[in-house]
Amino acid sequence: MTYFPEEVVEHIFDFLGSHRDRNAVSTVCKAWYHVERFSRRNVFVGNCYAIRPERVMARFPGMKSLSVKGKPHFADYNLVPYDWGGFALPWINAAVRRCPGLEDLRLKRMVVTDDDLDLLARSFPNFRSLVLVSCEGFSTDGLAAIATYCRGLRELDLQENEVEDHGRQWLSCFHESCTSLVSLNFACLKGEVNAGVLERLVARCPNLRSLKLNRAVSVESLNEIVARAPYLVDLGTGSFAVDHHTDAYQRLMNSFSKCKSLSSLSGFWEASPHCLDAVYPVCINLTVLNMSYAPAIQADDLIKLISLCFKLQKLWVLDCIGDKGLAVVASTCKELQELRVFPSDIYGAGATSVTEEGLVAISSGCPKLNSLLYFCYQMTNAALITVAKNCPHFTRFRLCILDPWKPDPVTNQPLDEGFGAIVRSCKNLRRLSLSGLLTDQVFLYIGLYAKCLEMLSIAFAGDSDKGMVYILKGCKNLRKLEIRDCPFGDIALLNDVAKYETMRSLWMSSCDVTLGGCKALAAKMPRLNVEIINESEGSDKLEENISDLHKAEKMYVYRTVAGPRNDAPDFVWTL
Amino acid sequence: MEAAASSVKDGGDLRDTELRLGLPGTEAPEKPAAPSTRGSKRALQEDDDMESRANSRPLEADSGEAPAAKAQIVGWPPIRSYRRNSFPPRKVESEAEAEAEAEAAGLYVKVSMDGAPYLRKIDLKVYKGYKELREAMDNMFKCFTQGEVSRKEGCSSGSESAITYEDKDGDLMLVGDVPWEMFISSCRRLRIMKGCEVRGLRTRQYS
Repeated sequence: MTYFPEEVVEHIFDFLGSHRDRNAVSTVCKAWYHVERFSRRNVFVGNCYAIRPERVMARFPGMKSLSVKGKPHFADYNLVPYDWGGFALPWINAAVRRCPGLEDLRLKRMVVTDDDLDLLARSFPNFRSLVLVSCEGFSTDGLAAIATYCRGLRELDLQENEVEDHGRQWLSCFHESCTSLVSLNFACLKGEVNAGVLERLVARCPNLRSLKLNRAVSVESLNEIVARAPYLVDLGTGSFAVDHHTDAYQRLMNSFSKCKSLSSLSGFWEASPHCLDAVYPVCINLTVLNMSYAPAIQADDLIKLISLCFKLQKLWVLDCIGDKGLAVVASTCKELQELRVFPSDIYGAGATSVTEEGLVAISSGCPKLNSLLYFCYQMTNAALITVAKNCPHFTRFRLCILDPWKPDPVTNQPLDEGFGAIVRSCKNLRRLSLSGLLTDQVFLYIGLYAKCLEMLSIAFAGDSDKGMVYILKGCKNLRKLEIRDCPFGDIALLNDVAKYETMRSLWMSSCDVTLGGCKALAAKMPRLNVEIINESEGSDKLEENISDLHKAEKMYVYRTVAGPRNDAPDFVWTL
Repeated sequence: MEAAASSVKDGGDLRDTELRLGLPGTEAPEKPAAPSTRGSKRALQEDDDMESRANSRPLEADSGEAPAAKAQIVGWPPIRSYRRNSFPPRKVESEAEAEAEAEAAGLYVKVSMDGAPYLRKIDLKVYKGYKELREAMDNMFKCFTQGEVSRKEGCSSGSESAITYEDKDGDLMLVGDVPWEMFISSCRRLRIMKGCEVRGLRTRQYS
């Protein structure tokens, strides 16, 4: 292979899609390293503190597309303090200096300010795609800058961000000559947008295929939009609240029937049951349906809708669908690959919610199911064993039994055997989240069988350090381990310190690891950042005052070549 | 493996000896007390303040025992805040409950009097109107006004006073201008002003 000219090698590398494959070939020899680095266009950084931005840009001068992730996953559940870090600015600055040809930027769980967005908008003439997922720190002013200066913008995708509404009509900032939009998602914005501006924007973008409106967009406006964009493939409907005595409702019924290309629907923020009639004509083509933000739609109406969706591959619903509704999904949606069932009432089991029966029904009806997120109030070992037998193709299995430590209600046993069956059967399992009553035994099973496992989330589980040791020893491909409220301590933490350099990160909160244990880890492994997040009062006091025996309330460990970070707030100690 | 789930756990676990209703091995709803025994100790301070702060969640109202207990664990269930905030399902009920609680609890506001060493609190709901309120306040602060001589120069004795209040916007207002209902809905605290400041108020009022 080394006798081939570089252009040929580079051409061969073009066929390598994944980052991991490209990372792998770049370690073969110096020649390949050089060919690969100059030809890499898409760069993915899984932890923004693992490497300095300048180093990334220096290695990949041809970078066109950058994806960076910031805060640890448990930040989604308010376990990471607000100003922990994950700032986008260093990355944008480095790109401004070194990669002016940047076209795409994707940021997840990072802090992005309006100034950052302004800098971004003005600095990259070829910029075409901005995707922000679970980010915060910016407002509609920043969006206005993007709209104003990114001529030729194709994609603006805002997923579940906390965006302050400064009332600025950011949508009006898209120039009249902007006709390039392919994808626009502002579903997470709380404020209103000017209906006329939105309709005109949609009308002049003939390539628009994905449009996700926010709650403030009315049905009247939706009608206008759909009339102007009949080629939409993916639609977030906005409020979808309309009185069925009105003209708007009649128009709605007609609108959807014209959308022959529509295959993905979401939104329905304020939908009431009769509004769904409008959607029936497109059900037959739907592959993606997200009803998980529509609490007014109860089981019977969901059933009516879903029983028409034969091609459905991805379904997100609330648990008011009930076991009965899931049985209908099982008998209708034979192509189903991904199911997410969210709790509609986190305060207690509602009139309908789902149980193990619904899950078993799905598993027997949907053989292609490979990705699951399921919130329920109870689960049995027998059900999990059946699910494991029916669906050996799971790559993502996340089960959340809403009461911590809840055993199998039929046998009063822990759920070790059930989850054990899942990991034994699903050889390609990459992501697993556990819940319910669990002993060290389940971790023995996971260590033994879950050889492909990359991400494991554990809460309120286990008896002793042995549990964590089983995981660290057995799961060869583990990249992210996040643990909360488990009795794992220093012995487990320090059992195999070299392991953590093979992983992206480890999170442990409300466990038994002590400050001393964390210090020992940091001392042995200089290429790990061992961060202690200390939220008690007086946290700016010197570490020396605190005994090594004190428990470390929140610990985040990650491998890095960048050394301790220089932007850590006072309450984060890097040991 | 033992039959009862509870005996599978650490032998020294207090839960084994805990008295509770329900079959052995089933978990009582008041679980969140348990995390501290399971080893999730607070990092530096063991005081209750820390614990309750760490455990309390910003959006749950105290709506019932079992649900409130469930709601006490930070970050549980693992639902993104974006989703939580999109529709608080019990909002109507919890608002009504909060109102009911407020009704039952009374509308207590602080009352200060210039020169008095400490403040008092009164329940505005108890009074039917301004007259009753003034009488009550006179009674409350009687011990401070008897025999008092104003120390300020050029002021007459401390018997001149005016009752003022701080409203929702933080402004200092004279009590008595607005209808009683409106007053108790906007009053945040009361202040009995004495002496020269009062005269200033009076002249402003009549000029």
